[in-house]
Amino acid sequence: MAHQAGVETGADDSGRVSLMNDPKARGFVFQALLIVAVAAMVWSGVTNAIDNLARAGIASGFGFFGERAGFDIGQTLIPYTNDSSYLRAFFVGLLNTMVVGVIGIFVATIIGFVVGLARLSKNYLVQKFATVYVEVLRNVPLLLQLLFWYKAVLSILPSPREAAQEAGVEIAFSINNRGLYLPRVVPENGASLIGYAIVAALLAWFFIGRWAKKRQIETGQQFPVFLTGLGLLIVLPVLAFLVTGMPLALEYASLQGFNMVGGWVIQPEFMALLLGLALYTASFIAEIVRAGILAVSRGQTEASYALGLRPNLTSRLVIVPQAMRVIIPPLTSQFLNLTKNSSLAVAIGYPDLVSIFGGTVLNQTGQAVEVISITMLVYLALSLLTSAFMNWFNSRVSLVER
Amino acid sequence: MNKKILSAVVGAAAVAGMGAAPASAATLDDVKAKGFVQCGVSTGLAGFSAPNDAGDWSGIDVDLCRGVAAAVFGDAQAVKFSPLSAKERFTALQSGEIDVLSRNTTWTMSRDTQLGLNFAGVNYYDGQGFMVREALGVSSALQLSGASVCVQTGTTTELNLTDYFKANDMTYNPVVFEKLEEVNAAYDANRCDVYTTDQSGLYSIRLGLSAPDDHMVLPEVISKEPLGPVVRQGDDQWFNIVKWVHNAMLNAEEMGISSENVDEMMNSTDPNVMRLLGKEGTFGEGIGLGNDWAFNVIKMVGNYGEVFERNVGDSTPLGIARGVNALWSKGGLQYAPPIR
Amino acid sequence: MDNNTQSIAFVRTEESPATAPPSTSSGVGGWIRENLFATPRDTVLSILTILLLIWMVPPIVDWAFISAVWTGEGREDCIVPGAGACWAFVEAKFGQFIYGRYPIEERWRVDLTGLLLIAGLVPIAIPSIPYKRENALYLLVVFPILAFILLTGQFGLEPVETALWGGLLVTLVVAIVGIVVSFPLGILLALGRRSEMPIVKMFCIIFIEFWRGVPLITVLFMSSVMLPLFLPEGVSFDKLLRALIGVALFSSAYMAEVIRGGLQAIPKGQYEAANAMALTFWQGTRLVIMPQALKLVIPGIVNTFIGLFKDTSLVLIIGLFDLLGIVQQNMTDPNWISPATPATGFVFAAFVFFIFCFGMSRYSAYMERRLDTGHK
Repeated sequence: MAHQAGVETGADDSGRVSLMNDPKARGFVFQALLIVAVAAMVWSGVTNAIDNLARAGIASGFGFFGERAGFDIGQTLIPYTNDSSYLRAFFVGLLNTMVVGVIGIFVATIIGFVVGLARLSKNYLVQKFATVYVEVLRNVPLLLQLLFWYKAVLSILPSPREAAQEAGVEIAFSINNRGLYLPRVVPENGASLIGYAIVAALLAWFFIGRWAKKRQIETGQQFPVFLTGLGLLIVLPVLAFLVTGMPLALEYASLQGFNMVGGWVIQPEFMALLLGLALYTASFIAEIVRAGILAVSRGQTEASYALGLRPNLTSRLVIVPQAMRVIIPPLTSQFLNLTKNSSLAVAIGYPDLVSIFGGTVLNQTGQAVEVISITMLVYLALSLLTSAFMNWFNSRVSLVER
Repeated sequence: MNKKILSAVVGAAAVAGMGAAPASAATLDDVKAKGFVQCGVSTGLAGFSAPNDAGDWSGIDVDLCRGVAAAVFGDAQAVKFSPLSAKERFTALQSGEIDVLSRNTTWTMSRDTQLGLNFAGVNYYDGQGFMVREALGVSSALQLSGASVCVQTGTTTELNLTDYFKANDMTYNPVVFEKLEEVNAAYDANRCDVYTTDQSGLYSIRLGLSAPDDHMVLPEVISKEPLGPVVRQGDDQWFNIVKWVHNAMLNAEEMGISSENVDEMMNSTDPNVMRLLGKEGTFGEGIGLGNDWAFNVIKMVGNYGEVFERNVGDSTPLGIARGVNALWSKGGLQYAPPIR
Repeated sequence: MDNNTQSIAFVRTEESPATAPPSTSSGVGGWIRENLFATPRDTVLSILTILLLIWMVPPIVDWAFISAVWTGEGREDCIVPGAGACWAFVEAKFGQFIYGRYPIEERWRVDLTGLLLIAGLVPIAIPSIPYKRENALYLLVVFPILAFILLTGQFGLEPVETALWGGLLVTLVVAIVGIVVSFPLGILLALGRRSEMPIVKMFCIIFIEFWRGVPLITVLFMSSVMLPLFLPEGVSFDKLLRALIGVALFSSAYMAEVIRGGLQAIPKGQYEAANAMALTFWQGTRLVIMPQALKLVIPGIVNTFIGLFKDTSLVLIIGLFDLLGIVQQNMTDPNWISPATPATGFVFAAFVFFIFCFGMSRYSAYMERRLDTGHK
């Protein structure tokens, strides 16, 4: 009986207390409250917005995408005129953002690795130089650096007329305050063969690489894949170029009126943005690379020397693969930061997504809610894409690990 | 949960008085309750609205706001200024953050009808022009084909520019910035050949360049830019107040009443003057103010001519002639309906 | 045996004196050889670096010091040919760079707030000073209230509207408010993200990933252009306050991830021990988990703060005048415009930011080393 009573009281206790103290019940109530609170906030925000928009007589919806934009853009990768729609302007901005993001990531990674290795160099000067670089660039706001590059770069460059006086009529290379002018390659009849040759060389490189790896596993013999591939990549297109009768012409820029016309132009805004983004992000990447390499224990190096590997092979086969495991996750977040930071373009007049869409389009349509939501969603999607890609890459690199 | 905390924090801050400003349909009541007029101005355009080092604002647009404050409170200093970018200005007005937007804003049909705004008048007739370096040897805007043009985004200027070059079958490279200071800096650094904005703005900006005398404003005016104060749609009383403050300043100039002689003019027997200064009729009460509203405006701010001369006229570094902004009786466009 | 001893003519009983290392590896020459010219590649690199330094350093020194204009009244003094940096500009505008347009007779309030902040920060930064809990309470609760009263002007002080604030004052206000608000929010979000309640967890993940996925500038645009439309009719916030809300939400997502890192580093035994002591979740979190986790993430918090401090410069894009904003605005002052003014202004702003960020990053590195010995 006593035993039974004890059980009973226990059951009673748990039954009485469960409403207050049962984690499940409490959790349920808590979550329900959270949902109600969030829903209430969203609801009040949305109804307020609808009220405000209706009272102010502001148009809403996404119909504006089809309307004529009516403004011009300085740098367009796809055909665009002021008669194009807002939707096309949106894509022009998006592409400009992506171009600067992709090239920026590429350049920043290279500089970052070089500087990171330089910080570990035994050479006193090189090491100190890299340290100063990292400390200065890391501790000054990016926006300030962008403004500085833009204004500093612009202020020391000559005007197109002055530049043209030095360069002559046909301008092969000119850097002035309207941009960097390079000759443009204009394909003529038969030029497509050169493109095919490049593709063929790349394919050959890939298959030779696979074959060489297989052979090395089977026989232990090595094959100079890199040199062969590089050779193919140079020889094949050159052959195609000669065989088809040199179908490429160079178009030079020349001074006409105010500006240089023709050729291949890189705008100063783009240069300043790329320079600023790449140098700034590189200072963070350098620290990541340094930390990654330091994280590989000294024993690994010694073990690989004991196996008779030379220093070059040691770093390529032993240290770098292990360091990469440490480097890649923070590297991903730096790539994300670079992509997001490219939105600072708006301060120096580079026509990126925020500048074109969140700036000009927003001003002309007055539809702040739609435009800003879309802008934010696009960046969110870009971030998720970048991190998905890097996660995939990370999982491939991690396979090296045991 | 976090949202709740957030809203609590926000609410607490708002209650503590860090700028929770009510804005309902009866703007006049709100303004009277809080004791000042919140006026949206530019972030700094000499002659129209610009702060000095001590943070005191001056300019034509600023004086209009001071006029409204004088009419409502009898105190031209009962104004607070919100510097706004071109992008923020309409949202700020729509959301009730400011009571009147007086920020060299062009009156266009779409703004007047689609954004929930009302333009209360035109306090400066402007037109878009071009500024170039004299060294380029350009004398007409029609010679500008192929030029790089600096322009501020979010303005009617950007669209007029496109239309003008298109209509004249010319090409150009746009260089677009969000903020006026950035456009100025880029033009000064020779990033572009041409700077385009309202002509009054060009004169003001030229002053701030490192070598003002090397630049010239081209004669062409490519658009109509009537600049004026803006209020929210749907509050007729407030709309009337802003509109008639401007009209009172114009009428005062026409009748020869200035801040200096307004006290003597109180003794005038001219019925027009008596009506304006509140000696006859109850015009002030009709817009919810005291009958001395116009007297206060003229006494504390001055008539339109005084405001113009003080801020942008010949005696200032800007040195803009009255031109189309002269009174209608002197060959200009400024014309106010009578007070009757 | 005997033969052996006799056959050896000389047995050395003392160690011979050590010879000096070869001259190639000692002294200045040796240091240079070892550190600059160890291998042919090093030699090439060293020579390139030296050439780069010769190319860069003298012009910079000349610009910043030798031909710089130190005193002057206006642009005429800085526009002389061959002049370097225009420090006179910084000197003339220094008050604005620090306080913005804060009324001159009220600036003592800003100074006092600064002193109050330092009085709280110094003892909490030095590990050996006790009363950390009280100190943190002062910094997170008492100081913000005092600063609010002093800066905005409550209780009889002359009110100063935020439109007049500017310069370093705004930079610090945005950064500190961001960090103070994001700290509790970040803790809650981090706990929520590790929670077993699915909806809470999902909400926290979405919240964190959303703010981390968008650029701060769009957040600021949102708070300056979009937020007003979402508020009920008749409610509107000060422009600075709106920016602060955006910055606080943004940084709380980053703070949450930093704190989550700390929570993950706490061994599972600690959680189990707290449960075994019959502590409730909040008691366990407050008394056992958080003190350990927060100590671990001090460097992370400082690094987040550095990032936030630098990011405050973005508020200039929405028309607030932080340090960079006010420097940039003053560059267009007709009285001071000269070819050297923009560069001088930028260098000055960069220097101020550098001092703050470098100082904090040194401190963070110091704490990291300190915590490293205690842990692991």
